Amino acid sequence: MNKTEIKPDIFWVGGIDWDIREFHGYLTQRGTTYNAYLIMDEKVVLVDTVKHYLFDEMLLRIKEIIDPSKIDFIVSNHVEMDHSGSLLKILEYAPNAKVKTSTQGEKGLLRHYKKNLNFQIVKSGDTLNIGKRTLHFVHTPMVHWPDNMVTYIPKDKLLLPNDAFGQHIASSERFDDEVGWDILKEEASKYYANIVLPYGDQVKKALDALSGLEIDMIAPSHGIIWRTFIPKILEEYTKWSNHETENRALIVYDSMWGSTEKMAHKLLEGLSEQNVQVALRNLKTNHISDIMTDVITSKMILIGSPTLNNGMLPSVGAFLTYLKGLRPQNRMGFAFGSYGWGGQAVGEIEKIMKELKWGLPKEGIKIKYIPDEDELLSVKEIGKILGKNLMEK
Amino acid sequence: MDKYECKICGYIYDPTKGDPDSGIAPGTAFENLPDDWVCPICGAGKEDFEKVK
Repeated sequence: MNKTEIKPDIFWVGGIDWDIREFHGYLTQRGTTYNAYLIMDEKVVLVDTVKHYLFDEMLLRIKEIIDPSKIDFIVSNHVEMDHSGSLLKILEYAPNAKVKTSTQGEKGLLRHYKKNLNFQIVKSGDTLNIGKRTLHFVHTPMVHWPDNMVTYIPKDKLLLPNDAFGQHIASSERFDDEVGWDILKEEASKYYANIVLPYGDQVKKALDALSGLEIDMIAPSHGIIWRTFIPKILEEYTKWSNHETENRALIVYDSMWGSTEKMAHKLLEGLSEQNVQVALRNLKTNHISDIMTDVITSKMILIGSPTLNNGMLPSVGAFLTYLKGLRPQNRMGFAFGSYGWGGQAVGEIEKIMKELKWGLPKEGIKIKYIPDEDELLSVKEIGKILGKNLMEK
Repeated sequence: MDKYECKICGYIYDPTKGDPDSGIAPGTAFENLPDDWVCPICGAGKEDFEKVK
């Protein structure tokens, strides 16, 4: 029971990483999988591999189906080590296998493994006949690395898009309808927000390229395979790639002695009075990768930091560095914070919001040391005005 | 004026459009882009661009 046949003669042979919680800064509280696929035809093809420490698991699954020395081709859709990490080891078992990859894929794999791996370069649109089936390769640069490509098999209406449409979920279930839409949507949106968000234009191009294809199964390289919720996930990807948001606000802050926290709660009160749905995220208790999941649906993002040593708190600085790299667009921003002297933090936050080309409907507020009752009321009033701005947009 | 393609990610710099998000006005030839200009998609430098034939 170690192999799963996802289509006639096409098997999932991946690895399940039940324990991983930290993925280059991304909190993977449900673990993840690295999905590899074995296609049994006149030629035998392995599509992608697994992270190095799960090689034995992949090998066990392959051996239940075929002697690995019979593998003719290995498709490397993406260089990153969670998918290429077992390439060298599987090539020891399949020494005659040719590695099909993009030009950037070859360059990247050479830099990773310092070895020529029987590469055969495929251009976008190239095909490979393996008997009853023909594999089609389509390059999808910057979704999410320059080397990325997807593999499509018309006979099986099967798309193997590598990281696109992935989610970090460790599970013995392989298919979407066995897990349920709500969990999948949350994990797919977290994945998009943390990995794919900067490349909305490239996603749109990729979606255009795929729109003409007959697809009834999407099998990504992480998590669960889509077969029932394909229209729903395509709809979400379209929204996310167009930077479409909801009338929601997100307040992200950290505090030293509680004053910036008080301001955050008053902004929440004001926004709520305008019937805006608000998420309040304290950077001391929330992981930045989880906050990104809120960013993806929030039209307005309010960020607060006190001033420490003439600048932002390091926690807020780290969040903004991460946010700036992920480039969410078409947002409204607002900065706030308490200070003792100097008070530079609010300006530093606004600077980054401007670099992101967000609209700033109101100038940020700073309050000296500890806000009094009147000042807190004025903060709440600003929250109400921002709520109006948000609902009018 | 020639278009230039990023050999890393495939982005095409079109001088008639410029790169307003990076402060490059329409009508700016590739040769006149500042040395520290980078591909707006993947961040590669000017040396990774080739003239589109």
